[in-house]
Amino acid sequence: MSLTAETSPTTGDEVIQNYTINFGPQHPAAHGVLRLVLELDGEIVERADPHVGLLHRGTEKLIEYKTYLQALPYFDRLDYCSPLGMEHSYVLAIEKLLNLEVPLRAQYLRVLFAELTRICNHMLNLGSHVMDVGAMTPNLWLFEIREDCLNFFERASGARMHSAWFRPGGVHQDVTPKLLADIGEWLDSRMPELFEDAISLVADNRIFKQRNVDIAVVSKEDALKWGFSGPMIRGSGIPWDIRKAQPYDVYDRMEFDVPVGTRGDCYDRFMCRVEEVRQSARIMKQCLRDMPEGPVASLDRKVVPPKRGEMKQSMEALIHHFKLYTEGFHVPEGSVYVATESPKGEFGVYLVSDGSNKPYRCKIRPTAFSHLQAMDFMAKGHMLADITAILGAMDIVFGECDR
Amino acid sequence: MTAWFQSQLGMGLGWFAANLILVLAIALPLMLAVAMVIYGERRLWGAFALRRGPNVVGPFGLLQSFADGLKVALQEVIIPSAANRALFLIAPILTFTVAQILWAVIPFGDKMVLADINVGLLYILAASSIGVYGVIIAGWSSNSKYPFYSALRAAAQMVSYEVSIGFVLLGVVLWANSFNLSDIVLAQKGHIFGLINGFALNPLLFPLSVIFLISAMAETARAPFDLTEAESELVAGYQTEYSGMAFALYWLGEYANVLLMCALNATLFWGGWLPPVEWAPLYLVPGIVWLFAKILLGFFIFSWVKATVPRYRYDQLMRLGWKIFLPISLIWVFLVSGYLMLTRYSA
Repeated sequence: MSLTAETSPTTGDEVIQNYTINFGPQHPAAHGVLRLVLELDGEIVERADPHVGLLHRGTEKLIEYKTYLQALPYFDRLDYCSPLGMEHSYVLAIEKLLNLEVPLRAQYLRVLFAELTRICNHMLNLGSHVMDVGAMTPNLWLFEIREDCLNFFERASGARMHSAWFRPGGVHQDVTPKLLADIGEWLDSRMPELFEDAISLVADNRIFKQRNVDIAVVSKEDALKWGFSGPMIRGSGIPWDIRKAQPYDVYDRMEFDVPVGTRGDCYDRFMCRVEEVRQSARIMKQCLRDMPEGPVASLDRKVVPPKRGEMKQSMEALIHHFKLYTEGFHVPEGSVYVATESPKGEFGVYLVSDGSNKPYRCKIRPTAFSHLQAMDFMAKGHMLADITAILGAMDIVFGECDR
Repeated sequence: MTAWFQSQLGMGLGWFAANLILVLAIALPLMLAVAMVIYGERRLWGAFALRRGPNVVGPFGLLQSFADGLKVALQEVIIPSAANRALFLIAPILTFTVAQILWAVIPFGDKMVLADINVGLLYILAASSIGVYGVIIAGWSSNSKYPFYSALRAAAQMVSYEVSIGFVLLGVVLWANSFNLSDIVLAQKGHIFGLINGFALNPLLFPLSVIFLISAMAETARAPFDLTEAESELVAGYQTEYSGMAFALYWLGEYANVLLMCALNATLFWGGWLPPVEWAPLYLVPGIVWLFAKILLGFFIFSWVKATVPRYRYDQLMRLGWKIFLPISLIWVFLVSGYLMLTRYSA
């Protein structure tokens, strides 16, 4: 068949389609179940379209059918890399509605373990960020520290990850003096040694810098517009830290610095987290130094269950225990929004109470969701390999994002 | 040996039988060596990462690689329904074969070389260029997006670094005045003040040896240049769709290639089978031991680098290859040849 003018294509007539690939949900660097549809021109990312919701478990709705205490473990399972950070917002919200006074020792313990959670979370994130850009070893060194953190959680609460240790009114159990002594020793010797070793491998590494400096630069204005928080906004140079801006528990007594970045790129976000770990260690040392003796939970028996020994002696204690573990406690009518500085940013809980023993509504403000919505904005024009660096520096966990 | 076989079996058959035995004498120990260096490397990475590494199968975990080999051998080779079956299966065979045939010209000792051809280095360049087809064909025939990207990257990467490797080799060839690897080794005898064997310590050739080492990492797609199988970007690169023995062939081929690059590095720059220093008692140790020691040292550097550094991005890799290594190696060829013109050929 001879080609006629109609059938023969001429150059310029072809429509060149961009190459579209699925980055996840089964991808080793997708940090869980992110499905990122990437439109690529060669290696250049033209469009990044994050599809979320693959880990949606209906947490908020489930919480409406649970008593306030029963809902607590759901928070552990939101951001499973920093469980206590999630619990913190929730218990503070309940306490605010109840107008409950928390004993000082409990506040110190919470701050101590919230900061331990921050270290634990950052170990995972810094390690996986480094691994996303291709270095294997620092990740495993940092996991040594994370392992220690998890052991401390276990010694405090009995569970390595899902502690359910922060309770409305305080914490569940007191810790042993040995545990506090061990944490203090760990902060002085093993932790800084391993951490500084691991970071020294990458922080000044030429290849690591090439992969992160000037990648996904976010200006101060953009960071505000996209609703960033935590290390993401501090990386862009805005010193916003809820621990400083609206201190909760005993953060107002702590002395610590808020690291900020200068350029707003992935490297700044990484280094912000690195410095935050050092500051967390500093806060923990102050907690250990200043922690008073005393009860670790409110003595209001309408909220906090009595001790076992008390129940053997007192009929009233037995009744309180029975009521708390069947009906739960009632929370006065009202609504409250409490945000804390979770390791990943502003983690908020909006709690509406109708006066019953269950929350009428519990809206969770996740950090990852507002960060992830900027994915397209941050990734556009960068290369395929940069996607992993951007994701790593975002610190996303899908339990929290999808709820 | 060839003569003896020929006297027994006749010219053609005798030659074939003798060479078959020689080929097997290289290929089988090579596979054993690959199994052992994989084990060794995993132990090394374990040590780097504060882990133990494989230590369960056999004494000190020595049999780990064989257990893994058995596992992949028993696995089903899954061929994706959209794949081009023939090409899909040819690709790993090609990679594996090329990784093996390259060893034909490596001298393991004085006169201990399977094919003592006078263009040994050209043979290596030619054969290793075929190796990239294994990756490209795999990426194309898998009919899958990640392998395809990997294939494109591999094509660009291996070609780019072969260029600078070519110029590096030219520097050595100029100095040794031969393309034959045995002659290149012998040219290094007493190279430094008649004392030290090896071109690498020659100030004019040392930069070339560094470029060669780094280019060798890029050529074999090892960290920090393992873009073709960058797991955080391309899942497993061109191997994504492979399983079972087909996957194992890539695995073996990759390590055989790494060992070959270490052997080349030892042969071209560190005096091959010669002892490091000209001292008569050192010659009592067989040459092959010196060569193995040098190969393992090179391999240790490969593992060390892989355990330490992050991965380059595609454009950074290209920039390093074309804008840094290529000009430097070109200038060095000019310097080396200029120096030789003035000193060796001026009369």
